Amino acid sequence: MPILTRWFIKTALVYFVTALVVGVAQAVQAPLGLPAVLAAAGPVYVHLLVVGWITQMILGVAYWMFPKHSKETPRGSDRLAIASYWFLNLGLLLRVFGEPAHTVHPAAGLGWLLGVSAALQWLGGMAFVVNTWARVKER
Amino acid sequence: MPVVSRWFIRASLVNLALGFTLGALLLWNKGLPIDSTLARLVPAHIEFLVAGWVIQLVMGVATWIFPRFGVRRSPYGSETAAWVAFALLNAGVWLAGVGPIVGRGAGAAILPVAGRLAEVAAAVVFAANIWARVRASGLSEI
Repeated sequence: MPILTRWFIKTALVYFVTALVVGVAQAVQAPLGLPAVLAAAGPVYVHLLVVGWITQMILGVAYWMFPKHSKETPRGSDRLAIASYWFLNLGLLLRVFGEPAHTVHPAAGLGWLLGVSAALQWLGGMAFVVNTWARVKER
Repeated sequence: MPVVSRWFIRASLVNLALGFTLGALLLWNKGLPIDSTLARLVPAHIEFLVAGWVIQLVMGVATWIFPRFGVRRSPYGSETAAWVAFALLNAGVWLAGVGPIVGRGAGAAILPVAGRLAEVAAAVVFAANIWARVRASGLSEI
């Protein structure tokens, strides 16, 4: 298993646990009187699971298991693959902190965090698509 | 990797690109507002990523790597059934995801229902076709 795949999968596992913890925290927020920012974390909970856990797990396994690109570059461009990891995760982390904070304090000027997060995650997804496309072949 | 799996997987990559693009627009719009009507893209964003990306990728990879049949029948099961599942799923994703945006009047309600029905049909055809391949590895008697 390549090192980058291990990073993808281990990070995905961290997001998996984190997402479920956020789910529990959301469920007990009102009864325990926890900070209101948790009540605004619904979209974060969903994206931790769908992007951080499921999509990231797929990216890691596809990078490892899909047919080889070529003898010289079996997994396509390593630069693009590494870029997809960092863009996706930095973007998602910005969202995790920025979105609930922006929802609870809309006048605090934190909207740019969501703009940067959107751009980074988009770049991460596109880097993966471009790098993987040529590996979808017979063998 | 059989041809139909390549189509499933490449279509899933296209859906990933579309879903991420819509998602990026929605998130950007939430932080740095562009247009309040962009919220109409939410169903398409969800449809492209859940059914078009994740579900479709699973279907393509399963068709590729599950235990194959032997020499007396097609190794990947019925190719026709696999193509029908592919066509139904993708029609369903577009109808359910884009239908509410482009549909007018009754069409806005009917198109998503037609899309969901197509997705159900895709699931039934896919499950029936791959059912017998869920078995121990090794040579099949057929």
